[in-house]
Order: sequence, then structure tokens, then C-alpha cells
Amino acid sequence: MKRSSNLFEGVIHGIFLILGLVTIACVLIISIYLIVSGIPAILEIGLVDFLFGTQWASTAAEPKYGILPFILTSIYGTLGAIALGVPVGVLAAVYLSKMASGPVKNTMGQMVSILAGIPSVVYGLVGMMVLVPGIRKLFQVPDGASLLAAIIVLAVMILPSIIKMSVTALEAVPKEYEDASLALGATPEETYFRVSIPAAKSGIAASVVLGVGRAIGEAMAVMMVAGNAPNMPDSLFQSVRFLTTAVASEMSYSGGLQRRALFSIALVLFIFIMLINALLNFFLKGEKKE
Amino acid sequence: MKRCICFVLAALMAISMAACSGTNEPVATNAPTAGNEPVATDAPAASTEAPAEALTGAVSTDGSTSMEKVIGALGESFMLANEGVTFTYNPTGSSAGITAVSEGRCDIGLSSRALKDEEAALGLASTILAYDGIAVIVNPENPVTDLDLETIAAIYTGEITNWSEVGGADGEIVLIGREAGSGTRDGFEELTGTADKCQYRQELTSTGDVIAAVSQNPNAIGYASLASVKDNVKAVSVNGVVPSEETIKDGSYLIQRPFVLVTVEGKELSAAAQAFFDYITSADANEVIISAGVVPAN
Repeated sequence: MKRSSNLFEGVIHGIFLILGLVTIACVLIISIYLIVSGIPAILEIGLVDFLFGTQWASTAAEPKYGILPFILTSIYGTLGAIALGVPVGVLAAVYLSKMASGPVKNTMGQMVSILAGIPSVVYGLVGMMVLVPGIRKLFQVPDGASLLAAIIVLAVMILPSIIKMSVTALEAVPKEYEDASLALGATPEETYFRVSIPAAKSGIAASVVLGVGRAIGEAMAVMMVAGNAPNMPDSLFQSVRFLTTAVASEMSYSGGLQRRALFSIALVLFIFIMLINALLNFFLKGEKKE
Repeated sequence: MKRCICFVLAALMAISMAACSGTNEPVATNAPTAGNEPVATDAPAASTEAPAEALTGAVSTDGSTSMEKVIGALGESFMLANEGVTFTYNPTGSSAGITAVSEGRCDIGLSSRALKDEEAALGLASTILAYDGIAVIVNPENPVTDLDLETIAAIYTGEITNWSEVGGADGEIVLIGREAGSGTRDGFEELTGTADKCQYRQELTSTGDVIAAVSQNPNAIGYASLASVKDNVKAVSVNGVVPSEETIKDGSYLIQRPFVLVTVEGKELSAAAQAFFDYITSADANEVIISAGVVPAN
């Protein structure tokens, strides 16, 4: 009897172990595949020419494979989206978690969830049909498909993850902290900004990480509003191409070195995301120890 | 069954690729394709046991997204006539289709450009199915109705930057094009002599996106397959010739390209694939080809 139950538990244990290993296998397969298929083109083009070349002309008679424009665009685009999205998101979270009353809070919370569930292609479509012509008319530029349009779309897209995680973090702040602050004569607003937000800062920082992750990895919506010309991003109204869209837009028709170079771009993007995650995990851990 | 598994594996790979590059694009382009026929669930080996009168088996095609409409229509009419045959089309792009046929992953590769030398060197044979006219499109608000080929080239290479220089209203010309590697872009740049020199403001990944962008911006100019052009944009005449089936067929409309069927030289097609090939290159198929908006070659 005892032996059979041991056997049964062993089997169950094995099944769960395999299920867990599936996840690890996926990560490993993707990482190894990206590294193996991304390295050859970098070696062929030369690491410096690849990372710091300012011209991308993959199908030209004398092809140029410089991805600095894509790297800078991805960085600027993500920073821009964070600059717009984080203040709005965090302040909305303060309102939702501390100030809003029952029905308002419920409705708003549900709206945020809906925003999170909208597919990225819909963001792109609305951006293409409303935002791009809007920017063209508002700023009197020849064409509205630009870095600015991409930043605005990305800022809206990262709002839900920032709001949701920040609300969770703010609601987890012990009530005693706020009560103490109020009892010392601070106004509610002073309490939120001087006590609640600092106490929830690691959760808010984590929400920013999520936002960065979503913004730097987004392709579909960005492809529809950014114009996709491989220019250096030296103006907000420049037509630009992100790392993600560089891979996505050319992959379907590519061949030869062009295709291998696209894998190398994917590898660079992958390393970027790993670095961001590692950096912020390190930052968050350090904070917890204090 | 093996083919079925192959498709599933290919789909899985596409999904994992999409996941790691942070996009759902390749999957999204495959899924809603109108001409995409269901994958054969019980595809038997066609060549060995097909009786002469009732054709059975599977015909797989792979390649140019520009050819989706015409090959989808041809596949449907062929399946109507031969109920035992399953026709599949995988919209991957000209280069991918040529690679697929050279690797034996499909019966017939579809390319909307002539084979490159390095591709022909793989031992591939090409047969022209039809001609596709590439229309140069502008916003309906734009007063310009005719451009000659040199002017189009000058506009796309950035020598002419304002519509007032070609008889339009004052406004900076916004150049809309397709992504590098697209068959339409290859065709357009080759036919206008602007290869590698186009100063695109926007590079979009589908004909529909180009048309949408041009319809949104009064100063935009773009190019698209004539068959896809709707009345939300205006196709200009080139050297005084309006793009139409007649002008493409008689060669007077200059911006046109071939739709090519690619097969492996010397390799025998399965009975079903050979029958399909014979049908679409015969005059019987012309009606279907014309209804798909392109001009038959045979």
C-alpha cells in the first residue's frame, strides 16, 4: 500500500517536473536558436559596423547593415513612452487606490482592464487613421507617421500595466504609515506623495519595468504609425524604424545575408530586454535589502 | 499526414519566432488570408495511385503575396472541376516561395518577379502565368492625373519634392512605398530605374497599408497592384497611358511585372500538380485570371 502511494506520488512529481521543464526548454530553445542564427551575420558584417553603422539598405546592390538608427529609435521611443506614460499612470494609480470612491473606482478599474485587453493591431489602426493625420494637421508637417506618433501610441499601450501594478503596490502600503502621517497633521495629499508613494516605490519601479518591456517589444502598433523608413531619429517628426519593426517588416520577403542580419537584430533586441530585466531586478533586490 | 505535421511545425516555429521578436505579424498575415485553403487532412501520395479519370491528391503552392488573389481563384476553380484534389496556398512572399520549391516543400513556387541569377542557378524553371500592372496612386484630392516615367523616378529619388513642380498644388510630396524585399517594391524600382535610390517617407508592409496611407494624406504618392486599387485613391496615367487590362496586355502601360510559376527543372510534378499547372497555363484559365485583375500571359 505504502509502496504504491509512493509510486503514485513519484509519477505525479515526475509529471509536474516535466511540465516545469517545458517552460525552461522553451526559453533555452529560443535563446540558443537566436544566438546560433544571430551570430553568423554579425561576424560577417563586423560587430562595430553592425551596431554603430548608421545606414541600413539591406536589398541595395551594395548592402549596408548598420542598425544604430534602430537601436536609437527603440531607446528614444521607449524613453518617450515612459516619460509620457509613467506620470499619467502613477498619478492615476494614486487616484484609483487612495481617492476614488466605490463606483468611480470600479468603473475606472474596468476601463483600465479593457485598455489592457485591446489588441496591439487595434492601437495601430486607430493610430494610423486618427493620430497620424492628426499630427500632420496639428504640427503642419508633410506626414504624421513619425517617432512622435509611435511614442504616443506606446505611452497609451503601457498605461494599463503601470496603473495596475502601481495600484497593487499602493494598496499594499500598511495603513498605519498613512494614519501616522495624517495624525502628525499632514494633509491627505502630502501623505500620498510623501508616505504612500515612497513606501510603494519598489512596486512602482516594477510597473515601470513592465512598461519598458512592453514598449521595447511592441511591433505591430508601432509598424503602423512610425513610417518605417530607416532614418536616424534626429527629430520627433522623423519617419523611423524600431528594432522590432526592422525584424518584422522585412522578415517575410528576406533571404540570404539580409535574413541572417534580421536574426542578428532580434538577438540585439533580446539582449536589450535581458539587460533591462537584469538591471532592474538587481535594483529592486538592492532596495529590498535596505 | 506528413505534410499536415509539417504545416503544424512551421506554424509553431512561426509563433515562437514571433514571440521572441516581440510581434505577432507573421502569424497575423497568414491567418485571415481569403485565398488560403484548408490544409489537406488526408493527403495521400498523389503520384503513385491516381487513376486517370478521377484526379486525387494535393497541390501545394507557396510564395508571392501579390499573387494571392489570382492563385486563390485558380485553385478554387481547379478544385471545383477535380473534387479529389486539395489545393493549398501559403502566402510567404516571392523569395520564400522560391526557396520552398527549391527545397521541395511545395509543388509550385510563386514569384511576382523574374528569378534572380542565383535562384535560377539552383536548377529552377520559370513559366510566366500573367502580367500585373503596378499603379502609381495619389490622393483623390490631388489635381495631378498624369506623370511620365522619368518624373515618377525623379519624385521617388527625391529630385522633385513639391507637387507644384509637376502641376499640382503647393505641398511637399510624401513618398509611400513597400518594405525592402517586397515583390511590388522590387518591381516598381526596377521598372522605374530607381533601385536603391528611393527616398521613402514611409515603408509599409502591405498593399492595403500603402493604399490606406495614401488615402489619408493629400500630398502622398504610392504604388500598388492595379487589382487592389479602389476608388479611395486615384491611379495616375503614366506617359499618358491609363493603367488598365488592355494597356498592360499590349505593353503600352510601362509599369508592369510578370507573375511567375517556379518549378524544379527536370523534376516530375505529381499528377495533380501537373494537371493544375497545365490548367492554369492554358487558355481555359484566362477568364479566372482576368477576373482576379491581372492579365493572362497565355
